[in-house]
Amino acid sequence: MTGKTDLQNADARSSPSESRRSFLAALLGVGSVFIAALLSVPLIRFALFPLIRRTTQLKGSPVGDLSEFTSSIEPVMRTIQIEQVDGWRKAISEKAVYVTKDNQGQLRVLTSICPHLGCTVPWNKEKKQFVCPCHGGTFAPDGSRVSGPSLRGIDTLETSVENGQLLVQFQYFRQLVSDKEVIG
Amino acid sequence: MSSAHTSESRPRESGVWGWLNRRTGVDNLLRGALDEPIPGGARFAYVFGSGLLFIFISQVITGVFLALYYVPSADHAHTTVAYITKAVTAGSFLRSLHAYGAGAMVVVLFLHLSQTYIYGSYKGRRELLWLSGCVLFGLVLAMAFTGYLLPWDQRAYFATAVGTNAVSEVPWIGESIKRLMRGGTEMGTLTISRFFVAHVFLIPAFVFALVGSHIFLFRKAGAAGPVDEDPYHPKQAAALFYPRQVLMDLSLTALLIAGLGLLCFFVPMQLGPPANPADTQYVPRPEWYYLPIFQWLKYWHGSAAIIGVLIIPTLIALAIVALPFLDRSTERRPWKRPAAMGAYAFVVFSLVGLGLRSQYLDRHDPGVALQLMKQNAEENEYARKSFEPELSSASLAAANVTLADPLAAKGKTIFEGQSCNACHGDGGVGTAAAPPLIGVRKKFSPDQLADLFKHPTAKMNAGGMPPIDLPPDDLNALIAYVESLK
Repeated sequence: MTGKTDLQNADARSSPSESRRSFLAALLGVGSVFIAALLSVPLIRFALFPLIRRTTQLKGSPVGDLSEFTSSIEPVMRTIQIEQVDGWRKAISEKAVYVTKDNQGQLRVLTSICPHLGCTVPWNKEKKQFVCPCHGGTFAPDGSRVSGPSLRGIDTLETSVENGQLLVQFQYFRQLVSDKEVIG
Repeated sequence: MSSAHTSESRPRESGVWGWLNRRTGVDNLLRGALDEPIPGGARFAYVFGSGLLFIFISQVITGVFLALYYVPSADHAHTTVAYITKAVTAGSFLRSLHAYGAGAMVVVLFLHLSQTYIYGSYKGRRELLWLSGCVLFGLVLAMAFTGYLLPWDQRAYFATAVGTNAVSEVPWIGESIKRLMRGGTEMGTLTISRFFVAHVFLIPAFVFALVGSHIFLFRKAGAAGPVDEDPYHPKQAAALFYPRQVLMDLSLTALLIAGLGLLCFFVPMQLGPPANPADTQYVPRPEWYYLPIFQWLKYWHGSAAIIGVLIIPTLIALAIVALPFLDRSTERRPWKRPAAMGAYAFVVFSLVGLGLRSQYLDRHDPGVALQLMKQNAEENEYARKSFEPELSSASLAAANVTLADPLAAKGKTIFEGQSCNACHGDGGVGTAAAPPLIGVRKKFSPDQLADLFKHPTAKMNAGGMPPIDLPPDDLNALIAYVESLK
């Protein structure tokens, strides 16, 4: 029986069978390492998912179609939904923003939060200015500061365009300072 | 010493291997593991034990990885499993590997047990080996039962509700055991915690210990060999475990890898819609390997239940556990053990028969068949939907207000429109700039709030809180909203 010869060969070291056993062992070792490497591919992909794909993100919020704003002559208020995704959960909140134009006529989205103390700044149709109801700060249609206690103009938000839709990245900015500074 | 001797005579004692070996004795360990003599030589009949070991290791690894994303609580369990299945790369594959692995474990365990029984390999000073195997069998079934609930979908929830209900049929203590398992009278988030702890900490600890003892006892007793071998004093020429038996064992492993891999890739395990305890229509069905027990329990109700639920299963379990103590003959050839083989055939046919009967009844009861079809359709529909992140509790509280009170909902719009949330946070949770508003209703009445809004205190003024100048309706709405923040 082969079994018997194998057992005898195991004791008779340095026989041709011993080197065959070693070769087989090497083959099995390499084979096992190869299979193990293959099997760990899905494990590694699974574990690295949050690093490869962003799982914590502030998605750009849709403001509306570009065509809605191109013909407007004064700032338009829009309520946007902000979706903050964190792994398998998300938080949703609503914010008001203004879609307006800069002095070159390019679309620009302004936050509605006063850079002075954070009141919501409404658009005043008669004065053709933003007028803060709290401390009377005034701002031009493009958001730049005209008068009042604020140290800077109304903050602009980062925008992008996707399939003809205007998207905006909502952010909060530090109040009572002259330079725009993101706080979250 | 033999190790000193071998280190002189072996060329592979040099180099990295030699360095490692002189410090660990790994060469001896490996030889000890591989040079196990098998009377009568290698056979395919002996491959199931290592097959089980492979599946166990696979279950441990996939289980640990699944825990990277899983959260054991009634309000997050299903979302996190849906996230694993639908969003995470290779998540569906790994979850399927873990879930189908449990089924494969039961199948290979059955084959391992059958081989041991039919070959009479439990004979000859192998009582403890058999006993540890019996305990491992129970632990594997317990792992399958506790793991089944964790996705918290309809199927899992109702199958476990039935499973834990069956326990309450045990007289006197049944109800208490059920409550202990569920962490209360009803299934809920505490049930998940309990099943999770059992599935991930308690049972695996015992499985590790018993797998270790099982292998140790196996090596101590030695391989039993073919059916015509003496169980106490093997006489047939032995071949070593390595290489032929190793290759045979590896061929089963390769088959398992290929089979499970293809199954998980092409027919991934589905996740049904989240558990809805209020669903009174749902027809619960356990996983296929629990169907025979499920069908068996249907026959026993009322005062007879004690016989079917407790006495008969206990007698069968005792008979199986006590087998090597009861059967003391050294005869191992199955054709010379007609009673043992008859009993085996009876048990296997009964189990298969009960399982098939359950399937048959489901197919031929129009009401049940229709409901099961509906449940499958709901499951398929849910599986097709893309992953939807769970709304965090802060957003939920805000959303609930919208539903509950229209005045408060209007107030929420004003709260956000006036950018109160810029300082007081979304849903009034508070920020570095201003305190939270949640719970102010306990400190101030609506009238006091109205007064504070119109005439902020000096401290509020200093903190940057402006006086609120709103029409009375809007102010009332805002107050209703702030009062609703809990």
